[in-house]
Amino acid sequence: MRPVQYNNTVKFAGIPEGYMGEGYMATNFEKVVSLARKNSIWPLPFATSCCGIEFMATAASHYDIARFGSERMSFSPRQCDLLMVMGTIAKKMGPIVKQVYLQMAEPRWVLAMGACACSGGIFDSYSVLQGIDQIIPVDVYIPGCPPRPEAVLDGVMKIQELVNAEGLRRRNSDQYRELMESYGIQ
Amino acid sequence: MALTNEIIKNRLVEKFGDVLTAWGEPYGMLTFTAPKEMNLRIIQFLFDDEELQFRFLTDLQAVHYPDNKGAQLAVVYHLHNLRDNVRIRFKVFTDIQNPDVFSATAVFAGANWMERETYDFYGVNFVGHPNLIRVLNVDEMDYFPMRKEYPVEEQTRVDKDDEMFGR
Repeated sequence: MRPVQYNNTVKFAGIPEGYMGEGYMATNFEKVVSLARKNSIWPLPFATSCCGIEFMATAASHYDIARFGSERMSFSPRQCDLLMVMGTIAKKMGPIVKQVYLQMAEPRWVLAMGACACSGGIFDSYSVLQGIDQIIPVDVYIPGCPPRPEAVLDGVMKIQELVNAEGLRRRNSDQYRELMESYGIQ
Repeated sequence: MALTNEIIKNRLVEKFGDVLTAWGEPYGMLTFTAPKEMNLRIIQFLFDDEELQFRFLTDLQAVHYPDNKGAQLAVVYHLHNLRDNVRIRFKVFTDIQNPDVFSATAVFAGANWMERETYDFYGVNFVGHPNLIRVLNVDEMDYFPMRKEYPVEEQTRVDKDDEMFGR
């Protein structure tokens, strides 16, 4: 057993660009907020089928989603940043997914994992929603049936990129409001 | 004395005469067809009769035969005699334009859920059912999906190319 201070493989997030002097640093507020958001995304796992099992593997020690600051799963939508929809969403489940999405506070992101959540998958049938993007806006799609944990991590990293690049005022923009209105939200 | 298919058949013929048709024993299971307005009387008789004692409703479902004009929908009852461990099955046929069949909930409380499900997927109207509403599909659905008048594939999609998806 080694003491923690010898664990020198820890990676730190880079310092944002700015003006630094002795005892102070001046930088763009947007950059600081993005840095904080990006490295502590709290996911809400909405797991309905086999993709949920792959997600459990992703969250466990071997693949360890905690390396990306996302180990804090929350089942309270109010405190979540990322809705991870994993698995087949039946039409009867659709309004529930939408309600969970509506309960989340802005800013919120959505990740559709697996063929079913992205497009209905093999369930080309009367009872299955043909992709969750019919009811809520989706930021990242992960293909696969089910995707491997590496693919899930890649999807989470894509979300991180989006979070990092997103400006503070995006959610107030007309474009964003139009997107929400196209889904009948607000 | 064990309860054989022959005894059951004789008891039923003795009681109901020749309105019961299409007798058969596929895989050893006694099967027959009855007029739809008789279904409750037959179930009640099979339940009450001291010798027959079919007191368990294993299953109840519908089948759609689109080419069977005037009798497209069949409602199938699976009954079980738990004492002698004998099973039988009987069907009633109904017109799809007028799919009224008497509900078996008066005899078997367990028919409640099965009849709701049968209504949900085939639109059989069970007369006398206490709560005949959809159970598995969305409430807004305005058709009965297991009838063979609809294609299997989801029809609301616009982005699936029929050629590429083998439709």
